[in-house]
Amino acid sequence: MHLERAHHHTWRKIKSALASGIAFASALLVIAPMGLVFFYLVVNGASSVNWDFFTKLPAPVGAVGGGMANAIVGSLELLALAGAIGIPIGVLGGVYLAEYGSARLNSVLRFLADVLNGVPSITWGVVVYGLVVLRFKGFSAYAGGLALGLIMIPLILRTTEEIILLVPNGYREAALALGVSRWKTIVHIVLKTASKGIITGILLALARVGGETAPLLFTAFGNHFWNHSLSQPIAALPLQVFTYAISPYDDWHRQAWAGALVRI
Amino acid sequence: MTTPERGVMERVEQPTETPSNGEPAPALTFQAKNVSIWYGEKRAIDNVTLDVASKAVTAIIGPSGCGKSTFLRALNRMHELTPKTRMEGTVLLHGEDLYSGTVDPAIVRRRVGMIFQKSNPFPTMTIGENVIVGLRLNGVRNQKFLNERLEKSLRMAALWDEVKDDLHKPGTSLSGGQQQRLCIARALAVEPEVILMDEPCSALDPIATAKIEELIYELKARYTIVTVTHNMQQAGRISDYTAFFYLGRLIEFGPTTKIFTNPTEKQTEDYITGRFG
Amino acid sequence: MEATAPAIAPGEPLSAAAAMRRPSRFGDKAFEWLTLAMALTVVVLIILIGWQLWDGSALAVKKFGFHFLVTSTWDPVADQFGALPFIYGTLISSLIALLIAVPLGIATAAYLTELAPLWIRQPLVSLIEMLAAIPSVILGLWGIFVMIPWLRDYPLPLLKRFFGWTPFFSGPIYGPCMLAGGIIIAVMILPIITSVSREILRSVPDLQREAAYGLGATRWEATRIAVLSYAKKGLFGAVILGLGRALGETMAVTMVIGNTPQIAASLFKPGYTLASVLANEFTEATSDIYLQALFEIGLVLFGITILVNLLAQLLLRTIATTSATRAVQ
Repeated sequence: MHLERAHHHTWRKIKSALASGIAFASALLVIAPMGLVFFYLVVNGASSVNWDFFTKLPAPVGAVGGGMANAIVGSLELLALAGAIGIPIGVLGGVYLAEYGSARLNSVLRFLADVLNGVPSITWGVVVYGLVVLRFKGFSAYAGGLALGLIMIPLILRTTEEIILLVPNGYREAALALGVSRWKTIVHIVLKTASKGIITGILLALARVGGETAPLLFTAFGNHFWNHSLSQPIAALPLQVFTYAISPYDDWHRQAWAGALVRI
Repeated sequence: MTTPERGVMERVEQPTETPSNGEPAPALTFQAKNVSIWYGEKRAIDNVTLDVASKAVTAIIGPSGCGKSTFLRALNRMHELTPKTRMEGTVLLHGEDLYSGTVDPAIVRRRVGMIFQKSNPFPTMTIGENVIVGLRLNGVRNQKFLNERLEKSLRMAALWDEVKDDLHKPGTSLSGGQQQRLCIARALAVEPEVILMDEPCSALDPIATAKIEELIYELKARYTIVTVTHNMQQAGRISDYTAFFYLGRLIEFGPTTKIFTNPTEKQTEDYITGRFG
Repeated sequence: MEATAPAIAPGEPLSAAAAMRRPSRFGDKAFEWLTLAMALTVVVLIILIGWQLWDGSALAVKKFGFHFLVTSTWDPVADQFGALPFIYGTLISSLIALLIAVPLGIATAAYLTELAPLWIRQPLVSLIEMLAAIPSVILGLWGIFVMIPWLRDYPLPLLKRFFGWTPFFSGPIYGPCMLAGGIIIAVMILPIITSVSREILRSVPDLQREAAYGLGATRWEATRIAVLSYAKKGLFGAVILGLGRALGETMAVTMVIGNTPQIAASLFKPGYTLASVLANEFTEATSDIYLQALFEIGLVLFGITILVNLLAQLLLRTIATTSATRAVQ
């Protein structure tokens, strides 16, 4: 009887160890693609990342060399446009959810923001195509920036709200008790206290949309040359990687790897 | 003197201030009449009428949950920050109704400063910035004036000698007791007429507590002070008047010596002798 | 300390009060309205998306009606548009992705919250966050040049040898195929399933675990009985949230799924998804009706993802409230 119980106990322990082992293997499998992606990026891309890559325009098919300078600058321009739209709207909207608003209205707004975060990024591309590209008869940097900016709004809104809620109430009360108005308390005390977290949230959102390709396909469209006006099509690094990757040319494949490596 | 509010306040102030010079009856800073406060359905304060004497320390004591903090916060309209609060009755500050439609709560709070249980210097600001933040955010730009107020407020809070060489250090680098005195300096910088203190020593060690109590004694020469405390010895040490609250009601109010030696109400006696609460 | 007290001159003028500016009620109101307007953009955006997709596809909806969803001919030259192959491709690739990602994601989450040694948890979490940060197009690039050749050479022939008798793993192996699409989506949604599941498991009260350990449960038994079964509904929410992401995944899938509008049982055959057809054909749409049909594809995709996301959010929200009420009790 006693022995049997001991035996049973060992079996249970083995089962527990086994389950831990399986869970550990799953964790390894989950992170494996990341290691592999990095490995291949470095192996295939490093040789093409040189000074030319950052300073030259794409070379025509067959020609050696060339770079993605226009795409790098284009990506930065698009991010600036997106930030100009997404950051103020997202941060101020987050302030409303954290500082004002009734519980019911806020839970509805929060819910909608979460749903918006789940809208496929290609959908934003289609919508901005209809709103801007069709209306103004042409692909443009503005359209691309708008698409990325709209994606940023719910992202930044939610992180800003969560971070503002972490600011202890004592600071708000202390400022209000000095006769400081509510909005100045929020801007100078609450936002200042939360600024580090909010900036981190903004950077994460920029990083996220900086890697987006789908919303740019038919808004920014891409461009093999320098963009001279924001109302013209503009190149972006992820777009260029896509174009090169699905092309049939080996030279371009190498450039795609290099572009991907630089993007990361 | 240039702002219209100040003008109104001054005129109202005169009649209540004058008799105090010649007559034995103490001048009144606050007159609360039939104050009741609800949080949603819950009645936190039940029909309290209480006069607060000028340039004296009034202590509010009572078991936790008795509404003493709520009443204190009603004296500078801080309780309005809690959602779903409702209030009835009137509170007069030097004869002027704090709750009349024309009074801005921000002005009330400039005149009636507040110190909180947990010291809360702003973590993003230096010691110096913390002191003058109230003036700054209320639109004062004159650097000379700000510097004057900075030193004067820190001196009044008995902190100047300890921090005068460290004004650029973060406010949170100070010890707990110093932080609380920094908060007092911050409140004094906007030159309030009254200072409300919500259990200002409950998070401090005995030495820091003694310093704050000493400071309260000094400040009383110039300010009306209302303090909430659950420490009865402290109330006995520092206050001139004591109000005992229980279950949202004011049970007894009078000179501290009388409350502590010869209370009228049975409940007061039970509380101060430690039989409940 | 006493020395400082005389610094206070009695009857000093109230200069601070005079120096301070009067508070402006306008500033407060204006700021509140401004932030409200910004917060309301989320409502505007939802309506805007719905309206734009509806408006852009009105002609196609009128012309093809319900048939759009159930016919499988997609022939832009002949103005024939049926979305069924794309709907099929989207659902099947997402299903494959879930079959791979759900067990892996939940097991990893359980490992991270319950089973792993403490020192390993944070590095693993950071690595998974980094995986989430890999842009879709880069994963697609890797998919084309590394994953597909590898799949073609090793695992797919094995699958064919052992399961070739089923319709799912029969026929020639090209490379780009439905299965590759599903696998790449699985990689894309693993981080979100893992991190949301981890949050859910972390919100399980410690009391649950302690009760199980108190009864002499082993670590795995406590995880299975006390934690996983307690968090069932929340984990389901995490899965649905992953499904929402899977349905809308675009770039990586487009690069590996083969982009052929057909309905085939074999997972070795190429397929096409709603998102991919948008990515590939939108800029090539020459006729109005072609563009309208693509807008309608967008509308279908939006409709499906919004329903799935609503469901996921509702599931995750009821969890939050029930655990909150439990905490109160």
